[in-house]
Amino acid sequence: MDRPLLAFLVLTLLALFLPIGSVGEGDLYWANSMGALIPALISALIAIFQLIRKGSGPVPAILVTIGVLVGANAPLTLIAADSSHSFGALGLWLYVIGLGFFAWRAMEMMSAIKGGRIISLVVPALFGMWLLYLWQVITTGFQIPSVLLPSPSLIWAAILGNGDILAGDFYQTFVKSVLSGFAMGCGSGFLVAILVDKVPFMQRGLLPLGSLVSAIPIVGIAPIMVMWFGFDWQSKAAVIVVMTFFPMLVNTLAGLDATSHLEKDLMRSYAASYFQTLLFVRLPNALPFIFNALKINSTLALIGAIVAEFFGTPIVGMGFRISTEVGRMNVDIVWATIAIAAVAGSAFYGILALVERTLTFWHPSYRSARG
Amino acid sequence: MSLWHRLYHGKTIPVLAVVLSLVVIWYAGAVYLNKDTLISNYERNNVTWYTGKLIDDAWSMERPILPAPHQIAVEINKTVFQKKITSKRSLVYHAWITTSATLLGFAMGGVLGILLAVGIVHVRTLDRSLMPWVIASQTIPILAIAPMIIVVLGNMGITGLLPKSIISMYLCFFPITIGMVKGLRSPDVLQLDLMRTYSASTSQIFWKLRVPASIPFLFASLKVAVAISLVGAIVGELPTGAVAGIGARLLSGSYYGQTIQIWSALIVASVLGMLLVYAAGVIEKLVMTRMGYRI
Repeated sequence: MDRPLLAFLVLTLLALFLPIGSVGEGDLYWANSMGALIPALISALIAIFQLIRKGSGPVPAILVTIGVLVGANAPLTLIAADSSHSFGALGLWLYVIGLGFFAWRAMEMMSAIKGGRIISLVVPALFGMWLLYLWQVITTGFQIPSVLLPSPSLIWAAILGNGDILAGDFYQTFVKSVLSGFAMGCGSGFLVAILVDKVPFMQRGLLPLGSLVSAIPIVGIAPIMVMWFGFDWQSKAAVIVVMTFFPMLVNTLAGLDATSHLEKDLMRSYAASYFQTLLFVRLPNALPFIFNALKINSTLALIGAIVAEFFGTPIVGMGFRISTEVGRMNVDIVWATIAIAAVAGSAFYGILALVERTLTFWHPSYRSARG
Repeated sequence: MSLWHRLYHGKTIPVLAVVLSLVVIWYAGAVYLNKDTLISNYERNNVTWYTGKLIDDAWSMERPILPAPHQIAVEINKTVFQKKITSKRSLVYHAWITTSATLLGFAMGGVLGILLAVGIVHVRTLDRSLMPWVIASQTIPILAIAPMIIVVLGNMGITGLLPKSIISMYLCFFPITIGMVKGLRSPDVLQLDLMRTYSASTSQIFWKLRVPASIPFLFASLKVAVAISLVGAIVGELPTGAVAGIGARLLSGSYYGQTIQIWSALIVASVLGMLLVYAAGVIEKLVMTRMGYRI
């Protein structure tokens, strides 16, 4: 028995007889709103069809997904009309809960497909869409004040409406502070690691300290850097340099250590010089470690820049925007900034992961994935 | 001779050498960074100065650009050992406030992280749908949301520990989830098959095989998580406007240009971080020896 689908149908059936909102004194029923009833019925029909056919594989999975997407329109059209839908609108919320079961079933069927990269993107995308959808329906349905939590549509409107301000903040924080700090911090960590690697004494002295540093809340140096380097991007870059230096140092050292004696002996039998061994054997072997550090540092860098901006900035920048607009209760702009920071952070990480994939294609962790 | 040999080729002497050179660089840096202010001061007041006096003054300024280590040591001694720990000027008081937020957030993050990991290991749909978001959640500079969470929860009448702990929780659930997923999946096919030949139920496999196997992974990630949790608590104290806690000390220090105060708060925070990680390590050792692991 297909329990999630059955749950969806039972809840929808119940919902059809319950009020879905109210206008003034009178209750609103599904029959009052054809624009909502039709998608709800279509999605129920698809659920019944699937319940009878019990199909599996890509085609039924896509069908069920379409059913969820169509059914999701019903609450959206309902809430868009000017009427109230809080706890009294039992029918509406039962339907939304049922839709949750339906969406769960769709994700279950999708993840059962033996597919490649596309499926591994579709399932989390569906999950994310479902979360966004719940956020939208609940904030608008219960009319949660936008000071507390603006709906996704409001945030989207804020992004579109304040494009130039947000672009300026992005340029200041991401392009000027993060990228320069990231490049300097990772570059210096890498160079120092290569130098230290030549001197075993230094290596034994630095490695224990490097792992101690990971326990230290380094962001705390932000106020000091702001004092030393002023309010502009230089102070943020300095914070990022300090934050990213040690992960890079420790990881590169570990990576340079990863080459086995066999490989080193082979290079020696070729009469390879230190630099040839470094360039052709040890650095390629260290790449997975180096990319590990780069990925860790990409998130650290954004955090460092935004936190440093809490301690003082010129009147532009993401951290500045967040702390001032929170004070002014313009929460939608705050969320818009956070959304942009999230997209920028994920994109930064994604690009690094992509470069890693192309440069370390030989590594076992990728080889097995393709197999 | 052999003792020297052991120290030199072990870690003790190299670490000491690095630390010593750091201290020397620090003192030199203090002179270098503070000299401009001092020299312009001398010239304004027509004081004759020589290098010895300059160095002396650079290491004992009231508001130096970079305080010398012994100044910080004096300040820490004053605020940690000389003040009553209930006093608002005591760093122990502020450190305790931050620690309590850290530990609460750490506990919440631990519970959340373990629950997510259990779900991800047992339900395939969650593995495919939720796991990518768990990873993506960390590419988001979450600390950006810190002021939001503080202000919004403040509006709802929730202040004090909880908002800070929520930030800590968000930061530290991730390593725990990742570590626990790895740990709960670490039993190999042979062991799982053995459990199946005993006709063990899913919950028996979970409690008797998966959980014991995951303990080393759990502690490895707990040590990472507790350090990040501290960062979360400190940053969580910034937007509240310098009331109490180490973050507040940092903020008020930066408002009033009290560099010595900032540095001593920073040192205390570092010691705190190391103590927390060390404590996690001690608990790890105790649990692992009781479980019969050889460390």
